[in-house]
Amino acid sequence: MIEVRELTKRFGASVAVDRLNFKVNQGEVLGFLGPNGAGKTTTMRILTGFFPPTSGSAAIAGFDVVDQPLKARRAVGYLPENVPLYVDMRVGEYLRFVAGAKGLGGQQVAAEAERVMNAVGISARSGQLIKQLSKGYRQRVGLAQALLGDPPVLILDEPTIGLDPAQIVEIRTLIKSFAGQKTVVLSSHILPEVAATCSRVVIINQGRLVAEGPPAMLTPEAASGCLVRLVGMGPAQELQAVVGRVDGVTGVRLEDPPAGQEGVCVLSLDTDGGLPVRAEVAKAVVQAGHRLVELAPVTVSLEEVFVQLITEDKAHSQEEEAA
Amino acid sequence: MKALKAIYLRELRAYFHSSIAYVLWVSFLVITGYFFFTGVASYSMASMQAMQNPMFMRLNLQEWLVSPLMSNMSVIMMLITPLLTMRLLSEEKRSGTLELLLSYPLTDFSVVLGKYLASLTMLALILAPTLLHLAILASMGSLHWPAVLVGYLGLLLEGGGFLALGLAASAMTENQIVAAVAGFAGLLFLWVVGWSSTVVGPEAGAALKGLSLGSHFENFPKGLLDTADLAYFLIFIGFFLFLSTRALEAKRWKA
Repeated sequence: MIEVRELTKRFGASVAVDRLNFKVNQGEVLGFLGPNGAGKTTTMRILTGFFPPTSGSAAIAGFDVVDQPLKARRAVGYLPENVPLYVDMRVGEYLRFVAGAKGLGGQQVAAEAERVMNAVGISARSGQLIKQLSKGYRQRVGLAQALLGDPPVLILDEPTIGLDPAQIVEIRTLIKSFAGQKTVVLSSHILPEVAATCSRVVIINQGRLVAEGPPAMLTPEAASGCLVRLVGMGPAQELQAVVGRVDGVTGVRLEDPPAGQEGVCVLSLDTDGGLPVRAEVAKAVVQAGHRLVELAPVTVSLEEVFVQLITEDKAHSQEEEAA
Repeated sequence: MKALKAIYLRELRAYFHSSIAYVLWVSFLVITGYFFFTGVASYSMASMQAMQNPMFMRLNLQEWLVSPLMSNMSVIMMLITPLLTMRLLSEEKRSGTLELLLSYPLTDFSVVLGKYLASLTMLALILAPTLLHLAILASMGSLHWPAVLVGYLGLLLEGGGFLALGLAASAMTENQIVAAVAGFAGLLFLWVVGWSSTVVGPEAGAALKGLSLGSHFENFPKGLLDTADLAYFLIFIGFFLFLSTRALEAKRWKA
């Protein structure tokens, strides 16, 4: 549905997007991830035809954004990051204007405006001035205007930024409900959000593709390689031996016990499995007559995973440059 | 076409929702009303003198009253049109709404034309009540309406030119004040550029007069319709609408 090939955008001397390649299939929700200034917004602006790429190409629903701009734009609903709405207009009036600007006419205008207001739950606010709405409602109006004309592709730039937790959940649920019917590209620098809403993730940094894959690659277990922390009471050597004999445990290290807690021993285990291995470990410790206090997978925060991916990429590109 | 209509209606509504339209409207009517009053007063004095001395002069409403009034109106129009157009595109750029507008399946020219036609409609609405002055005049004296209508056509054409230039200024900046000042400076320059025609030699002088807004307007209030003047204003409007479109598109070239 969306195809980006060797996309490059320069602003003077600085390169905002650097030979970016990715594809989004029909019905997919793609998370577009990267730190601030990574080139997410620039890429989205190229996709929506705000400016052309310096080189490379982008196509939406088979239409090149430069050569067939009107057809490409007809297939896209766009929500920019700061949600620029005409704040002096009323919600319904604004949506009817956008419907007209998108080329709808006659009866369709009012019907479509009504439909999208229902879809995002703002029908009751139809007569209110946009400047009097809260941030959450403005975001919904922004989403509503993107939905007008029922475009097959939605491009949403940081759709939950600046919302409170309840509103974030609402907007996320709304976006999730599009999955399957619409192709969605969603940018964010908030990892849990992407993990919760997207079916695939593209990570970019400094305009370049860093990683691409299912959101699971961002989950802590994938990154930590099933590291488990065990806290028990008993002689450290014995515990270490007992745990080491369990199937699926590939390594055991003795860690420093927390200060001031006598008789406590802390082990960190490398395992090659998830839940079943931990269950076996717990059983073995208890059966050997020791006391088990804690057994938990070590969580690497998503941010750490992200930073790790980006630094790996940096090291990689430095090697490339050296070679 | 539908997009153009939507943009036109939105802009027109925006004029009526903001106080600026009303302020300009009232200012224009008060000032033209004043000019009309002084015009009628001095005309009636001149008529008294003419009555006492029939050889004194030949009086004619069009020449003595309507034509000077229209010239005055054209100067006031030059002062108010940059204020009608300054917001049109600069505000969209500043607030970021242009990004969203340009993501819709519409051409840049339909954005420019929709906004231009809205400002032209607003100007026509501002001018329209002054026809009342002339209707009052017509009820008391003999007015040659075709000549008056040619004068109004001239005002609309000239005002249309002012608006097109103002819109181009608005397309080039994010700042409304800059758009207004640049528009006004451009108009004033094009208005007075013909004045130096007598000092630069016959050929350059003719060229300067040919460029000047003022010299192409001066025939209309007399009731004279010259195709050269008509063509000048239509080309003037077309050129600045083209420039506005290009200024919008420039965003799409910068590589």
